[in-house]
Amino acid sequence: MEKKLPKIEIIEKYCKGCHICVEFCPTKVLEMRGFVVGVKNLEACIKCMQCELRCPDFAIKVSAE
Amino acid sequence: MSFDYDKYIRPGKLPHIWCPGCGHGIVMKGLIRAMDTLNLKKENTAIVSGIGCASRLPGYIDCCTLHTAHGRAAAFATGVKLAKPEMNVILCGGDGDGTAIGGNHFIHACRRNIDMTYIIMNNYIYGMTGGQFSPATPTGHKASTTPYGNPDPCFDIAKLAIGAGATFVARGTAFHANQIDKLIVEAIQHKGFSVVEILDDCPTTYGRRNKYKSVIEMMNRLKEVAVPVKAAEKMTAEQLQGKVLTGVLYKDETKPEYTAEYAKVIERAKASK
Repeated sequence: MEKKLPKIEIIEKYCKGCHICVEFCPTKVLEMRGFVVGVKNLEACIKCMQCELRCPDFAIKVSAE
Repeated sequence: MSFDYDKYIRPGKLPHIWCPGCGHGIVMKGLIRAMDTLNLKKENTAIVSGIGCASRLPGYIDCCTLHTAHGRAAAFATGVKLAKPEMNVILCGGDGDGTAIGGNHFIHACRRNIDMTYIIMNNYIYGMTGGQFSPATPTGHKASTTPYGNPDPCFDIAKLAIGAGATFVARGTAFHANQIDKLIVEAIQHKGFSVVEILDDCPTTYGRRNKYKSVIEMMNRLKEVAVPVKAAEKMTAEQLQGKVLTGVLYKDETKPEYTAEYAKVIERAKASK
């Protein structure tokens, strides 16, 4: 059965590039692309929502149905 | 499932002014989650603040908000609460705004035990004005006005609040983001003056001067120093050296609440006519 992938929405206008989400992601899904964050490896996402919880800039939304 | 913060944010206000990695955004998210948990109505909730980085918070939240003079959040909020006792009044501000410039208002609001919740974001420094030392700056640490180290002993804000008579005192950190909303929910539900001190980080004016290489290092420091109250009971004084207790530190439900007492005064005055 194919694994249903979550959707990670990054609002680049809000992101200030503080690295918090990149560092605290337990499976290293995110990476820095210049000054903003980008999704590197969506398959590894375990939907723990740490990035959404910790982002001080309201820039990440993870939807996992 | 993703939490919808947008319904509590004033349209067009984001991105906020806080620096990259500043914990105030994490605290604001915690406050929004707490407001959602308690189902607080926008027209029935007032957020009052003074001046400073942390005091910019009410500007982003869509409810009744009041941005007042430096340190005077507690004074203005007391007026709001006495005029409209049915309102949920939440104060927010930083360590400098709350305990130095507004120190007097803070201790007297604690003493009166008026039903409000004060969220103090303690980032150890005056961030907005250029990194001057505040009463919460630890001894020996550097600020723009103490380049050779701060000689002053610092305030323990939670102990100050307990000593001044607040009936609910809790402490959290920006690292323990999950705990913030739970503490704020408990504080808002408590009838009486509640203080929630959240240890925060200021990478721009504090971290840079005190040799923290990154925001992550500052966040990990918060993780290392925080000890939950229950875990601290089993630890020795030596192990607790340099640690900070987190969780609900003090709760007293016996002390009378100020607006209720004041209503009785009004009744007595009417009866004596």
